Amino acid sequence: MTISFIIICCIVAVGAIAAMSLRNLVHCALCLTVSLAGLAALYLRLEAQFVGFAQILVYIGAVAILIVFAILLTRSNEPDESAVPRAGSWSGVAGVAVALVVFGTLVLSILSSSVGKTDLPASPGATVKDLGNQLMTHYVVPLEAIALLLTSAMIGAVLIAKPDKLRAGRVVKGGGEHASGT
Amino acid sequence: MGNPVDQIFVILKHWLLSFCPEGYVPIASILLSVIPIMAVFGGLFALTTILERKGLGRIQNRYGPNRVGPCGLFQPIADGVKMLTKEDIVPRAADQVIHFLAPFALIGPVYIAYSVLPVGRNMAALDLDAGLLFFFAVGAGSELAIFMGGWSSRNKYSLLGAMRAVAQMISYEVPLILSSVPVIMLAGSLSPTAIVDAQGGHSHGLMQWHLFTPWGIAGFFLFMIAASAEANRTPFDIPEGESEIIAGYMVEYSGFKFALFFLGEYLGLFAICGLGITLFLGGWHSPFVFLEWIPSYFWFFGKLMAMIFVFIWLRGTLPRLRMDQLMGFGWKFMLPMTLLNILVAAIWHLSKTWLFPGVYLTRWALCLGILCAAYVWLGRSLAGNRSVGKRVYRFAD
Repeated sequence: MTISFIIICCIVAVGAIAAMSLRNLVHCALCLTVSLAGLAALYLRLEAQFVGFAQILVYIGAVAILIVFAILLTRSNEPDESAVPRAGSWSGVAGVAVALVVFGTLVLSILSSSVGKTDLPASPGATVKDLGNQLMTHYVVPLEAIALLLTSAMIGAVLIAKPDKLRAGRVVKGGGEHASGT
Repeated sequence: MGNPVDQIFVILKHWLLSFCPEGYVPIASILLSVIPIMAVFGGLFALTTILERKGLGRIQNRYGPNRVGPCGLFQPIADGVKMLTKEDIVPRAADQVIHFLAPFALIGPVYIAYSVLPVGRNMAALDLDAGLLFFFAVGAGSELAIFMGGWSSRNKYSLLGAMRAVAQMISYEVPLILSSVPVIMLAGSLSPTAIVDAQGGHSHGLMQWHLFTPWGIAGFFLFMIAASAEANRTPFDIPEGESEIIAGYMVEYSGFKFALFFLGEYLGLFAICGLGITLFLGGWHSPFVFLEWIPSYFWFFGKLMAMIFVFIWLRGTLPRLRMDQLMGFGWKFMLPMTLLNILVAAIWHLSKTWLFPGVYLTRWALCLGILCAAYVWLGRSLAGNRSVGKRVYRFAD
C-alpha cells in the first residue's frame, strides 16, 4: 500500500462513482475515461507496460470516443431526468442486488483459484517480445478467432449502415460529381 | 561515453546532479529531463510560427511579418504578449469546467509523448521497452481533448467541427500505426532507441536508414501523409478550415486558451515528425560516415527543421481536401497500401537468405514492383471513369 497505489485507487473509484451519479451523460463518459486512465496507471504500476499502454490506446483512444459519439448521435445533450432511477425505487434495489451478487461471485472465484497461493516472481519478466511470441505461437488460435469475430462484426455493421436501395430509390454516391468543373 | 561534444548535455546533467543532495536525485533527474524538453520544443514553436509566416509569404509573393525587430524576427514575442493580454471570452452557455480543461488535456499528452523520442545519442528521457506503443497511446488522448473543446462550447459549429476532427484523426490513426508496423517487424523492437540503433550501420557508403529500402520509401510516404492528417496540416486541415468552415472546434476559444490549442497542434506536428525521423530517417545518425563528427542532436534537429520546411511548403502549395475525399483517401487508398507494405517488408526480410548473383537488385525490383503495381492499380481504380485533363477556366482567362 504505497502512496502511488492509494492515489491511483482514489482516481479509479472517484471516476467510477462520478460516472454513475452525474446527470449529464457526456460528463459521465468523461469521468469513465478518467477511471479507465486510472486502471491503465494501475497496470503500469504492476510493470505491465504493454497492457497499460494497450488499455490507454483502446479504452481512451477508441472506446471513450465511441461512447461519446453514441451519446451524441442517439440523444440530445440535455440531461434526461426520467432515465436516472430515484433512490429507493425498485430498479435501484435490483441494481444493488445484482452488483452484490456479481461482486460475491468474483470474490469467491478469486479466493478459490490458485492466483493468491503461488508466490509472485521477484520481477515480472514479461517483455513485449515475450507477449508477442506467446500470441503468435501458443495463443494463435484464440487470437485468430477474435480477429474473425471482430471482422464479422465490422462487416455486419457496414451492412446495417449501408443505404437501403429499395427504400432510398437510388444509391447515393459520394463525390465524383462535384469534383469536375471550375 | 564517446565524444564529449556529442555528449555535452548528458555530461552536463550528470554534473548538475552531482550537486544535488542524495534524497532528491531522482526528482532532480526527472526535472532536468523535462524542463529542457518543454523549453526546447516550446522555443521551436515560436521559431516555427515566424518561419511559417515568412515562408508562406515568400510562396504567395508577399513579405510576411516585417515590422517587429530586424526582419520581423521578434514577431513571436509580440504574438505571445497579445495572446496573454487578450480577453478570455467563455460563452455563457458553455460547460465552464470542460471548456477550461480541454486545452490542457491537449497540451499534456503531447508533451508526454516527447519523453520517448531519442533526440541524440543517449538522449531519450525515457527508454521504454514499449516506447512506440506509449507514443501512440498518449497521442490517442488528444482526440478526446478536441471533442471536449468542441462539445463544451455549446455551439453547433464547434460540435460539428469536433466531430469532423475526431473522425479524421481516428481514420488516419489506423494507417499511421500500420505504416510503422514494418519498422517494428524488421527492427524487432518497440523501443525507439533500439530502432535508431538498428539504423546505425553503413553499407556501400550509404546509411542503413529504413528510408533506403523499398518498404521504407513507401512506409515513409504513407507515414508522413497520415502524420499530416493527424497533425491537422494542409492538405488535411479541414478540422480547422479557418477560411471556409470557420475554425472548427476552436470557434469559441479566444486569448490564451486559443494559443494553447495552437501550441498543441504545432507540438503534435513536431512530435510526429520526430517519430518519423526515428522510424525511417535514422534518428540522430548522420547521413554520411565523414560527417559523424557533427553532434547527434544537431542531426536530429536538422532533420526536424527540414521536415517542418516541407510541411510549410506543402501548406503554401496544396489546396484542402473535401471531407468525403479525405475519408475515401484514408480508407480506400492508405489502408490497403499500408497492409500491402507490411507484406512487402516481410518479403524483403525473408528474401535476405537468397543467394545468387544480382540478388540485391532482384529484391529491390521485386518489392518496388509490387508496391508500384498496387499504387497504379489502386489509383486507377479509385479514380473511376473520371478523366484528369487540363483545367478549363470560364472567367479567369
